[in-house]
Amino acid sequence: MPLVRNGKIVDDLFIRILDDAVVPDDVAAIVPAARLLADAGEFVQRGGATGVLWPNDRNVSELAPHLGRLALVALVFPNFRDGRAYSQARILRERHHFRGELRATGQVLRDQFLLLYRAGFDAFEVSKPADAPAFIKAIERYSAFYQPAVDAPAPAFRRRSVKNFRSDQPVN
Amino acid sequence: MYIYDDLDRRLVAERVDEFRDQVARRLSGELTEEEFKPLRLMNGVYLQLHAYMLRIAIPYGTLSSAQLRTLAQIARRYDRNYGHFTTRQNLQFNWIKLSDLPDVMADLASTGLHGMQTSGNCVRNITTDQWAGVATDEVEDPRIFAEILRQHSTMHPEFTYLPRKFKIAITAAPHDRAAVRVHDIGLRLHRNGAGETGFEVIVGGGLGRAPFVGKTIKPFLAKRDLLSYVEAILRVYNQYGRRDNIYKARIKILVHDMGAEKFAAEVDAEWLNIKDGALAIDPAFIDDIAGRFRYPRYEMVIDNPAALKRAQVTNPRFENWFKNAVSPHKAPGYSIVTLSLKPEGGPPGDATSEQMDRIADLADRYSFGEIRVGHEQNLVLPHVAQGDLPAIWAALDEIGVATPNVSLVSDIIACPGLDYCSLANTRSIPVAQELTRRFKSLDAQRAIGRLHINISGCINACGHHHVGHIGILGVEKNGQEFFQITLGGRADEKAELGTLLGPAVPYAEVADVIEDVVATYVELRERPDELFVETVKRLGVEPFKERVYAAR
Amino acid sequence: MTAPSQQKLKVHGSVVVTANRLGDGAVVHWMAGGGWSAELGKAAVVTNAQAAKELLAAATADDVNAVGAYIAPVELNSDGVQPGNLRERIRVGGPTFDLPITFGI
Ligand code: SF4
Repeated sequence: MPLVRNGKIVDDLFIRILDDAVVPDDVAAIVPAARLLADAGEFVQRGGATGVLWPNDRNVSELAPHLGRLALVALVFPNFRDGRAYSQARILRERHHFRGELRATGQVLRDQFLLLYRAGFDAFEVSKPADAPAFIKAIERYSAFYQPAVDAPAPAFRRRSVKNFRSDQPVN
Repeated sequence: MYIYDDLDRRLVAERVDEFRDQVARRLSGELTEEEFKPLRLMNGVYLQLHAYMLRIAIPYGTLSSAQLRTLAQIARRYDRNYGHFTTRQNLQFNWIKLSDLPDVMADLASTGLHGMQTSGNCVRNITTDQWAGVATDEVEDPRIFAEILRQHSTMHPEFTYLPRKFKIAITAAPHDRAAVRVHDIGLRLHRNGAGETGFEVIVGGGLGRAPFVGKTIKPFLAKRDLLSYVEAILRVYNQYGRRDNIYKARIKILVHDMGAEKFAAEVDAEWLNIKDGALAIDPAFIDDIAGRFRYPRYEMVIDNPAALKRAQVTNPRFENWFKNAVSPHKAPGYSIVTLSLKPEGGPPGDATSEQMDRIADLADRYSFGEIRVGHEQNLVLPHVAQGDLPAIWAALDEIGVATPNVSLVSDIIACPGLDYCSLANTRSIPVAQELTRRFKSLDAQRAIGRLHINISGCINACGHHHVGHIGILGVEKNGQEFFQITLGGRADEKAELGTLLGPAVPYAEVADVIEDVVATYVELRERPDELFVETVKRLGVEPFKERVYAAR
Repeated sequence: MTAPSQQKLKVHGSVVVTANRLGDGAVVHWMAGGGWSAELGKAAVVTNAQAAKELLAAATADDVNAVGAYIAPVELNSDGVQPGNLRERIRVGGPTFDLPITFGI
């Protein structure tokens, strides 16, 4: 399964840790949510980067206290029609200002790349290998959007209705 | 009319390109049907019994004459010369080929039309009062806010894969012509005690398998907060709405299971986080969107001009139509004209290419190039000078859309049913057709008064049967078509769900039963202007039940 | 008519496998040697659940030429294979009323 990160097909430097497997110290590893929450201290001392795999039915704000130490959050699309992780992604980026890698996992298809990207994902475990090279084309397909999102915090209505809009400009 | 700018046009054009690419990948087998289906649905493409069906959005029910001609042309070129206006202010073509659809979409885009988000688990076409902007009783033009919501919800990166479809309706008049209480979100624009305008926010209404009248969770929401509050509702729904059972996935079930108060508290908590962010609406933005609407420049004309009065006294057919299909307009000397797409024996809501072209011409000549589509599946010419009414009546009569039966018993709302729809239990159009024949006497219809019959071919309730004064729902019994009848539903500001009359009746008896119900009403009403729904409210369904089932 | 997707596999009498053609949505039927035909008369007709299941499996394996395959009842009479219920009659014969082209002008 190819990994697309920042628009390019790259090697995945993270390994996946299953429920109670030992976490090797020096490699980048993605651990299950339950493990991180059970013993956050365990991961503070590690040499390698730590990421977490966060299920889509758990409040993502529980991650807030740990975000500073996490290099990666992987969110899950059990199938592409289950859109809960879009909300989680925006909340992580916009409310908790998470700046690490936000990775889409599960059923991740080409026709959802753009939405995922706009919701704040920057890494994609692409389900179908043939979709990976089409990534840039998919996210450049549209040249404008109406609503604000992670990729464009100013909505179209501001860009076209208020000249010299600054995002810190007070409204009303 | 909302006038597209470059951004609006570009987005629709890019969507056409994307869809062309998706169709090509599907036809080549690169996309499986499972992967493609949500993509085509999001562009309004269904697969029905005989062919693909394309549903085109008519945002807030407003069409230009150029757009109506485009629809006529598409019907001629790619379909079978007609289209079907639906209860959600959309238009459907029933005989489209998938391989033609990218070209159809490109043709639509040439006049700013599209099928985006007319299906799929996303925010659907925002509906409103078909008399918006011209009604005498409205507070403000609700289409401005429908457009703001349309833009916000179009290709929303967070809310395109919701648990289930999501329908928003807005009204800005005390008399609700947009059925806001039976939508996922209903918005009622009104003035509060302090004289400010804002929205009552109603959530969790809806028909279908578990019908609910929506609950008010915010009696007054400032306009500034409209988008952030709607976003908060959608976000709560996206996270907590059920995804394990398609029949329990609508927001109405979440609101019901959580309780409206708890749901409102969740929304408020979410809203606090985002209300002062990028979605806060400033007055300049509202002005900007309002400025994109083109309003007619009405002439200075007087009410009841001589030409109108003369026609009223000299032509009884005209007078009957005038009393039935012409409504007061906010501008002096103008009227709102409803075009009945319910001729005797015709499929409700269908219009041929020729009719569409002629209506477009009439709109240019008499209604500032504008046409409206209402949820009752009729069309409206919204700005007709009263002096032109006799001429426009003659022209409408010639093309069969001047039947003076608006809001009468033969103005039936019906879904496509088993004649087209792959989900249907039973047919609904032939039931409607038979009823229009039974009640063909216009004198008798006028004596009966306002009465809405709504027919759905299955529990999905596209014909809104729960809120029909008389609702007819198709069910299957041992492979045969049967129909459940409900009485006393209504979709307006006094929204209520109908009460079941009794056991389902077979196809061949439906029209007889409805005739009995109507006859019973005429006998039991207290005065000639007691509406059918009022009589049912006063007496319950028992007297109707006795009469109907005693004979069977 | 219960939507075919919710159908339990009980076979009484004769059945065929039917679907809609991908490119234009037209009604098509699975033939005995494989492949689809718009003519019901060319459809493979079977009479028991096992055979129907096998037919359906073969038909659904083809996701490119037709979609939404399911088992539909047919009747055999002197005119050949006929649709076995109202839904199938409408699929084969079209809507049960005159299309609007004959109304208005
Ligand atoms: S109510 Fe049922 S039969 Fe009618 S159009 Fe909707 S899904 Fe089809």
